[in-house]
Amino acid sequence: MDGNFKSKWDELIQPGMVHGSLYYDDAIFKEEVEKIWFTTWVYIGHESEIPDRNDFVTKSIGPMPVLMVRDSNGEIQLLLNRCPHRGNAVCVQERGNRARFTCPYHSWTFSNTGDLINYAFPEGYKGTDKSGLGLGKVTRTASYRGFVFGSMAAEGPTLEEHLGGAKRCIDQLCDNSPTGEIEISAGFLKHRTRANWKFILENECDGYHPAFVHSSIFSVADSAIGDLYGNDAVAVTRSFGNGHVEVDPRPEFRRRDKPMSWFGTSAEKLPDYVAQMNAAYGEERARQIMIDGSPHTMIFPNLFIAEIQIFVIQPVSANESIQHSTAIQFKGAPDINRRLRQQTMGSVGPAGFLLADDTEMYERNQRGLEIRQPEYLYLKRGDFRERRDEDGFLIAHSTDDMPSREIWKHYRKMMEAK
Amino acid sequence: MSTDTAEIEGPDILKEWVGKTRTYEKSFNPELYHEVQQFIFREARLQDIHDYDAWEDLWTDDALYWVPANGTDTDPERQMSLIYDNRSRIALRIRQLKTGRRHSQTPPSQLARVVSNFEFLKSEADDIKVMCNAQIFETNLRGDTMWSSRNEYSLRRVDGELKIAYKKVVLINNNKAIYTLSFLV
Repeated sequence: MDGNFKSKWDELIQPGMVHGSLYYDDAIFKEEVEKIWFTTWVYIGHESEIPDRNDFVTKSIGPMPVLMVRDSNGEIQLLLNRCPHRGNAVCVQERGNRARFTCPYHSWTFSNTGDLINYAFPEGYKGTDKSGLGLGKVTRTASYRGFVFGSMAAEGPTLEEHLGGAKRCIDQLCDNSPTGEIEISAGFLKHRTRANWKFILENECDGYHPAFVHSSIFSVADSAIGDLYGNDAVAVTRSFGNGHVEVDPRPEFRRRDKPMSWFGTSAEKLPDYVAQMNAAYGEERARQIMIDGSPHTMIFPNLFIAEIQIFVIQPVSANESIQHSTAIQFKGAPDINRRLRQQTMGSVGPAGFLLADDTEMYERNQRGLEIRQPEYLYLKRGDFRERRDEDGFLIAHSTDDMPSREIWKHYRKMMEAK
Repeated sequence: MSTDTAEIEGPDILKEWVGKTRTYEKSFNPELYHEVQQFIFREARLQDIHDYDAWEDLWTDDALYWVPANGTDTDPERQMSLIYDNRSRIALRIRQLKTGRRHSQTPPSQLARVVSNFEFLKSEADDIKVMCNAQIFETNLRGDTMWSSRNEYSLRRVDGELKIAYKKVVLINNNKAIYTLSFLV
């Protein structure tokens, strides 16, 4: 804190070094809720979770619950579950189908567009304008290929500007479906984690850990995942800016040149799916899609597309988070969908072969920060070998810390903003 | 053992957590009750002390081990479950634990579970169907955790010995966010 001190962020976030308090300080967490979670575009849910009119499901923006609703007109609404009267919840079901929400406290009733329709004993409100007494809403709502995002900021970049180059990853995912659409229909596993959300965020594109954290399952299961993250891997990490990062294994899959190798299987084992893909895209394009496979992309701050499943990261407090995970389903492709579910159930959630151990690492990291020396975490791996790809995006070796550095760069920009 | 289906019927809102109607066995066979209870106590002990091989030996070749999420009678062929293991995946789970590098079980959880409230269900086949409740105290590096579940078994006699053909563990809080569950539940 000498004469060079400009802001606390100069102190906390240095090139390749971040201060431990960023993961445990309650005041910083509160600041993140305002400057990140209630500002940027946050992934809420997928349109396929509420297929019918009047369907609703409880989601969140950071620690705040949000009702994602398909209203009576078929439009997506992101409503806030707080009765404007005294703050009670107007809905305590996690999901369901209803056109109206009634607060149990004094029977105020709202349509699923959020408008106040009625209150009990209305004579007491003579002359009151109901139009100002509707449910709160997420300030801005936008979708990209069925993925619904919300932002509590009235102004700022559009969703597509925010996603930028990461749109390619969502497109790549949807291309793996013969109908071009995915569905999120299997319900979520909810994994409580005694660690700061940023440990989860950073781990999603950390290609350095799998060989060690997951060696137990790699050694007993027939898995080729380990090859993607070895010392000799040709897979790369990429940063799209705005905190979005990916591990791109396509160089490895293209070297193998075998359709469905990305999914640990072969075209012969999924004849119906392959036939559907050929019919939808033509054989040449379908073959390329099935070689490249599905993306491994972390969309800042909370949507992780992990090839065959999605994770939604929810911060609860500085020291606690929830990982929501579920299988991706390719609309209209039942033979691959069962495998997508089975493989997901084996891998993720509290009992998963992979995620139980990742989560063990997050929790040990968090406890480690109680030890106050050294003060900083070290994120310089591979900083000498970062380079630009043909599109100008920063890329690095699949085991390098570049994704973390890029996340922190964006984080700092958001936290420094007024 | 005088419970019957009528006693658990109630409003639909309960079904998600109590489960679909099950038919309880009214007749009581003390010898079978004792044998089944001892068998499940033994299973509990093998789980508590992480005797992985002995636990794996309890299963039939066509076994199914199911820990649903988000309710009691969900469709495991459509919905995510915490565990939905066929026999080969049970074996894989055990092989992973035995590597010694399953970090969430290294060191292993220290466990003691209490299994109680045994009730037999009517069974059309030869399988013995039994329900019971379990409470598990776990302590590990993170801290202390209480787990509570309603368990349902199909037991089968193979070469004179009881085996588990089906075990379903309905965690009472399976709709909430729960901590890592990597011991054998």
